[in-house]
Amino acid sequence: MNWLPPVADFRAELQAARALADTPLRQARLVALAGCRLNTVETIQLDRELARLAADAAAAPRPVKLALLADATVDHLLPAIRVAGWRHGLTLQLHVGGFGQWRAEILDPASALHAFEPDFVLLAPGAHAAAAGVALTADEAQAQQACDAIVDELGAAWARLRQGRATVVLQQNLLDTGAPLFGQFDALLPGSPAALVARLNARLAVACREAGVSLLDLARAAARDGRDAWFDRGRWLQAKMAIAPQAATRYADLLVRLVAAHRGRARKCLVLDLDNTLWGGVVGDDGIAGLRLGQGSAVGEAHLALQQYAKALAGRGILLAVCSKNDPALAESVFREHPEMALRRDDIAAFVANWDDKAANLQRIAGMLNIGLDSLVFVDDNPAERARIRASLPAVAVPELPPDPAGYVDCIAEAGYFEAVSFTDEDRARSRYYAAASQRAELQGGAQSMDEFLRGLDMVVRHGPVGALELERATQLVNKTNQFNTTTRRLSAHEVRRYADGPHTLALQFRLLDRLGDNGLVSVVLLRDRAEDGVALDIDLWVMSCRVFGRGFEHEILNILAETARRRGAAELRADFVPSERNGVIAGLFEQLGFQPIGDNGAASRWRLTLADHRPHPTHIRHETGP
Amino acid sequence: MTEAQIIDVLTGILRDLIGDDGIVLRPATERRDVPGWDSFAYINFIVGAEMAFGVKFSVADVESFANVGEIAAKVRALQG
Repeated sequence: MNWLPPVADFRAELQAARALADTPLRQARLVALAGCRLNTVETIQLDRELARLAADAAAAPRPVKLALLADATVDHLLPAIRVAGWRHGLTLQLHVGGFGQWRAEILDPASALHAFEPDFVLLAPGAHAAAAGVALTADEAQAQQACDAIVDELGAAWARLRQGRATVVLQQNLLDTGAPLFGQFDALLPGSPAALVARLNARLAVACREAGVSLLDLARAAARDGRDAWFDRGRWLQAKMAIAPQAATRYADLLVRLVAAHRGRARKCLVLDLDNTLWGGVVGDDGIAGLRLGQGSAVGEAHLALQQYAKALAGRGILLAVCSKNDPALAESVFREHPEMALRRDDIAAFVANWDDKAANLQRIAGMLNIGLDSLVFVDDNPAERARIRASLPAVAVPELPPDPAGYVDCIAEAGYFEAVSFTDEDRARSRYYAAASQRAELQGGAQSMDEFLRGLDMVVRHGPVGALELERATQLVNKTNQFNTTTRRLSAHEVRRYADGPHTLALQFRLLDRLGDNGLVSVVLLRDRAEDGVALDIDLWVMSCRVFGRGFEHEILNILAETARRRGAAELRADFVPSERNGVIAGLFEQLGFQPIGDNGAASRWRLTLADHRPHPTHIRHETGP
Repeated sequence: MTEAQIIDVLTGILRDLIGDDGIVLRPATERRDVPGWDSFAYINFIVGAEMAFGVKFSVADVESFANVGEIAAKVRALQG
């Protein structure tokens, strides 16, 4: 957890927070503590304080319900899991299944598990399950058969948990806690307990991928930290704790970052400082030739390693930005002229170098990329800059870089800011989309008017139902989009598919192309037929990527929805708008689109558009029906 | 560390864990004397004490501590 900043005096900090009469201020102070490096006892204290806060806060966001089903004691992990929730912007409500009872609880529709109606279920089977009933003399095929049987049983449990519900299943793999039997020969013997655990973990990863289940990869974490950091045989004997109490905060973070990723809370952009972060030295003082970067010096290679890691992140869809106190021309010239630079200028989606305050610059970057501050990770070697950003922009994640640049990559990587639950074509192409976006911005600068700019883009919409090919991206968009999101309902791929397949529901997907390229699948609308008060088509959910804001696309989509509704025989389109912390940008959406308000209960407003009165909105987007 | 100093630290840990600043531990204090000091809080307490003093109790110790005084004595012995 070394990416989290330490707290000098936890007790004093907690006292100070507790003394604040104003609930939002107290919350901010406590949540900031949740973002610090805490020990077991401190975590328990903070959890208690945060629980009080949740009771005070009238308008707390709906908690995310997470059920933990394990063959071991997990109670000692709960405070750390809830605290990790706050760290990741989630209020978690936890349910613990009976010790080792989960197989029965999943099957029994009247069980407390089902009554809890979990959004997420974690299955944490014990490692002893792997070797049970397999003879030491088992051959390859028998060992495989035994593992298949266990995985099939888990697969049936997953299916059961998802039946009729949007439950997201998280599967924990096995921590090998067994003692060597033959020694290193264990790995070569299919029937040895160690080999069975390894085989089962490998098989489990495949099954998870095939079933769309997320994996909590304990085995990898233990391989990194050492088994003894995770497992304490004394605690197992005393209290059947399969995870040592000292590992609780680490375990909790691994678990909650998965939940957060499913909820669209993973970070999207890595913002890099330049001097002594991306390269060694200060370009303004040392000149380009004086920088330490690349082969020939360990320090230079350490900075290069950070660049290469950033480049790899960009390759999987993470945006890169630069935020540096520097002369902009000089800073850019390093990217163009230094032969050892792994990052090129066009890898950077937002480049801000000036002498302004970095807090203001981070806000500028978020604005340029049209993403929230809570999508940013700010990497800076300077402790003063880090402290300043943590204090003024608490939504930005700021890893506590070690003083030695050799540790930069591990620090950022282990923090899990960019945890993913899928990898789509959109991710692979994202950097290209943003490169095209900056060209569009230049084009806009050159155009006489917005209208001329939009006409010049030569935009085409391609749309159709969400089919098998679009399902993964559509689900990702539904769950990652926070700004243009009318109801912020999060749905599993299963549920999205139900919209697509149902006789009275529709799942529509929209792509936007223009003369600079394909923006990709950037909007999804889920609709439902409604029979009361004459026939209407209800917009249950509408999400649109921030990449295509300001292009009139929402108007064109509405034109298509109106046409779709007419063809279905509906007289009206209806929609709910549920305000969230982050969708304020579309608070006026339905009004702008010509809908009439028909109710507002504070938590949501309801809107109607009478199709007989509706005329298509003029846009600069041509139609093309998808294949 | 003296027994009194060790018991001071133990008191702080238990107060933090249970959230009760009124807790006062003495050498003769047993778990049942402190409301909320159940078996679960006990394990957390042992973990907290091990962290605070940089020691590791054996499973036999953890199972057999009769009162706070015995825990303090073991800490002193382990610290040498």
